[in-house]
This record gives sequence, structure tokens and C-alpha cells, in this order.
Amino acid sequence: MSLGYFSTLGTFIGIYIILVLSLNIISGYAGQASLGHAAFFGIGAYASALLTVKAGLNFWQALPLAMIAAGAIGALVGIISLRIKGDFLAVTTIGINFVIVAIFEYSEFFGGAYGISGIAYPMFFGLKIKKIYYLLMVAGFAVLTALFSFLVSKSWMGLALETIREDEEAAEAAGINCKKFKIIAFSMGCGFAGLAGVLYAHFMRFIAPNDFTFPISITLVSMMVVGGIGTIRGPILGALILAALPEILRPLANYRLLFYGGLIVLMARFQPQGLFGKNAFILRMLFRKDTKKTTLPDNGKIAGRAV
Amino acid sequence: MLQQLINGITIGSLYALIAIGLTMVYGILRILHIAHAAVFVSGAYLGLLAYTYTHNLVLTLFVAAAGCCVFGWIIQRFLYTPLLKEERIVPLIASVGLYIFCEDLFRLVGGPYIRAFTVKLWFEKLVFWGTVITSQQLLIIFTTAACLGVVYLIISQTKLGLAWQATAQDMDTAKAMGVNVKQVVNFNFLIASTVAAIAGVLTAINYNSVLPTMGSVPAYKMFAIVVLGGMGSIPGTIAAGLIIGMAETIMSAYFGFIMPRDAIAFSVMILILIFRPEGLFGKK
Repeated sequence: MSLGYFSTLGTFIGIYIILVLSLNIISGYAGQASLGHAAFFGIGAYASALLTVKAGLNFWQALPLAMIAAGAIGALVGIISLRIKGDFLAVTTIGINFVIVAIFEYSEFFGGAYGISGIAYPMFFGLKIKKIYYLLMVAGFAVLTALFSFLVSKSWMGLALETIREDEEAAEAAGINCKKFKIIAFSMGCGFAGLAGVLYAHFMRFIAPNDFTFPISITLVSMMVVGGIGTIRGPILGALILAALPEILRPLANYRLLFYGGLIVLMARFQPQGLFGKNAFILRMLFRKDTKKTTLPDNGKIAGRAV
Repeated sequence: MLQQLINGITIGSLYALIAIGLTMVYGILRILHIAHAAVFVSGAYLGLLAYTYTHNLVLTLFVAAAGCCVFGWIIQRFLYTPLLKEERIVPLIASVGLYIFCEDLFRLVGGPYIRAFTVKLWFEKLVFWGTVITSQQLLIIFTTAACLGVVYLIISQTKLGLAWQATAQDMDTAKAMGVNVKQVVNFNFLIASTVAAIAGVLTAINYNSVLPTMGSVPAYKMFAIVVLGGMGSIPGTIAAGLIIGMAETIMSAYFGFIMPRDAIAFSVMILILIFRPEGLFGKK
């Protein structure tokens, strides 16, 4: 239980928080199913790994480019989502995850099944930084992502996305350009997943196709739902809990996955809005006195939605 | 080529058998039932248990089907039905959690290693003009055809089947017209789980192995088949299962180096969906 252990765990949790917040923009705000988010995590990681190892850029130059790459491919999925909807879209995104991992695995350019190694650790003014500072940097990016999500949810675009989520036909009738906003939501969400990928690649310094497979996507969706979909506190706390859970359950050793799966089932069954979602029992217990205050803004939002 | 066709039909019928259950559950409850793969694996384990004691294949299938029906009913009654009113992603997550739970349970109970499932039939294989059909393949193709035939007859000829069709079209209207929706949902899980159990036993026989993770690939690949068939359409699912099974066998036999097997199903699915967003047999 050294400092190194905690800063590594903290860095992973930070990366998960960025991923779940970015997924939340697509699924929570815009209401579009995405079960292949790990693919964009992978695109960011591979783009930055290739740019630094093969093209010789440094971390800070590769970071925005990798985000743009993931965002651009995300926009393509956004275009697909205009045609394929609902559960069909959910399964299509699973497919996209499998196909992208297959491309990483089967092409020489991406290093095949062995992946890419020797990715440089980022430098500050020519100095190699310590793990604990990397953790701080990831935490900083996570805060930026949360801030960005907050601004999006409060902006006109956030309202438009919410309308699309609740009723797409009504949104279209109200003059909202659904196509544009869906594509933007996908490219923003995937762009931030790309950011998480960059942070992951330069922290691990070695990436392989297996790091970005479909089970990771499912983990991300679980984190979002366990925390509370559509909020900002939900994805953050969901990522924190589910990423730390395997470590907390370590004493159970052989029964870890059993408990992990069982807890997800119980959570979905008895607290379907998420542990920290709207009207969650933990929040009600914590703020029992001012329940009126906490419910009023939600009602206001629902009223706002109908307009 | 003929050899690949036969292998493809065998794999395709197994896929169709697993996917039928999924498409039926989706057709009625609109839930992506990932835990169906857990039902499938439990069918294989129960079948193995029954076969080691009785060495009777018919009895084995019967035991596996009965066990899976109970399992499927429990999932329906205590997990899905209470979650029907929630957002669509919630039952999906519950299903994924249940699948993770079951996979680990199988590992703990059945052991993490591969168990052999060797079935002795009357003959070993038939050879026609250089093409080999093993007795296992024949068993799979005939059992699948029989199962699909029975499911088709039940759905199209019986009163309960008619109620099923009405509920699949619109649950609320069916309820208003006096259809016993609860009974239909139970019946739906009964058939889906029975077919999954049979698929589990047959898959185990085909690969001569039972292992805890044997459901993980079908769990996701089945969705490609269900979607391709048009979500909720039974004939569509059967056709899609056969198409994907053949495409996989033929493509990996001739251009196996381009893509891993599991990505082929999804590539075919994405390509077809872009041109037909409602699936091959789906209604707009």
C-alpha cells in the first residue's frame, strides 16, 4: 500500500472518470446508446502512441491531435446514428467496438496483437515527472472534463440534447436541428474518450488491442448507470466506486467477480436511477431536511423539457 | 466448398438456436437479454451432469431444458419484470451484471478448466464424394430443424402462439383486448430457455467441451444475428443465424488472415444495417 500503489490506482480512476463523463454526454445528455465507447478510448491511445513513437511528436503535440482523431471517428458514428436508431444503434456500437479492436489486432501498422511499446512518458520543461504529478495532471483533466460537461448541460445545446433525448420528433418539430446536435454530441463524447486514451497510453507506456475490448465498454456503461445517468456527480462517483471496488474486494480473492456482478444486479434491481441519480435513496438520506429544495429544480427541468 | 457449406450450416444452426431465445425475449419485453448466454452455459453444464450419470441423450436434453426453464423464469420474474418501466439501459446493465455473476459461479462450481462432453452415437461419420459429415453435425442439424419446426408450429398454430404474436406487436393493446400477458411472458421465457438449453448441449457436443466462458462470445455475437434478422422476427433470426454461420466459416477458410472470426459477424451486420436500418426481415 505504498504511495506508488495509490497514485497508480488514482490515475486509473481519473481516466475512468473522464471516460464515463464523456460517455455520459452521448448516452446521458443526448440519450443515444453507445456500447462501444472503449473503441474511442483505444483510438485516442493508438493515435497518440503512433504520433509520438513513429512521427516523433511530443506528448503535448500529440494530445490535441489524438483527441481530434477520436472525435472525427466519433462524428462518423454520429452520422450512422442518424440512420440506425435505438436498440439497433446499441448493437451497432458493440459491432464498431469489435471491428476497431480487430483492426488494431490484425494490421501491421498498429503493431498487431503485440501492440505498441516504448511510448514516452510526458516531460515538463525537459524533466521527467513523478507518478504522483501524473496523477495530479490526470485529476486536472478530469476536473476540466467535468467542467466541460457542466457547461454543456447548462448551455442551449444541453437543452437541445435533452429535448432530443426525451422526444426526437417533438424536438425536430420545435425547430431543433437534431442531426447537427447528435453528431456534435458523438464527436465531443468520443473526443474526450480520446483524451482518456492519450493519458492511458503515456501512463502505461505500452498498449495492446486487449486494453480496449468490449468488456471495457460494458464496464463504462455500468459505471455510468450505477452512479446515475445524465448527472455529473453520478458518472464521477460511479467510476470511483466501480474502479475501486475490485481493489476493495481484494480480500475476497476468488469470489471477486461473483460479488462485482452480484452488486451490479442488486443495484440495477433496487436502485435503477443509480446510486447518486435523481431521487436516489442515498441523497434523500443525506439531505432529508431539504428534500423540497432538491426536488424543485428537477421539477423545473421537467417543465422546461415540455416547452 | 461443400465441406465448408456443411460446417457453416452446423455453426449457423447453433447460432440460430441461441438467437431465437434472444429475439423472442426482445420481441415481447424489448430487453437486450445478455444473460441468455448464462442460460445457455447452464444448459451445457446441466447436460454434462445428466449425461455422465445417465448416458441417455434424450434424457440429457430434457434435464437441461427443465433446469434452464426454471432459471429463465427466475430471471424474468425477479429481475426483468420489475424493471420494465425503467430506462431501457437499466435492465441491460442488470443482465450484464447477472452474466458476470453466473460466469464466475460456473467457474467456481464447475472448475476453471475445459470439461470434455463426448457423446457416442450409432456411427462416426458419413462420407459422400469426399465430403465428411460427422454424426454430431447430423444430430445438430436435425435437432435444430426439429426445434425450429416445433417453435414455428406453437407460434403459428396454437392459441397461446396467437396471444404471443399479439403481445409482440403491442403489449398494451393485447392486454386491453383480454390477452393474458403474464402467461405469454412466462411462456415466452419457457420456450426461449428450452431452446437455449438445447443449444448449450449441442454446442458442447459439437466442440466436445464445456467451459465457464463458453457463453462470452455468443453473448455478444448473438446480438449481431438478432439485429440482422430484424429484432423480434423469428424467420429473420433463423436466416441471419445461417448467413452469419456460413459467412464466418467460408471467410475464415478462404481469407482467415484478414479478420478474426468474431469481427466478421459484426462487419456483415454493420454493412447490411447501413443499407437496411431495420434489419433484413424487420418492419419499418
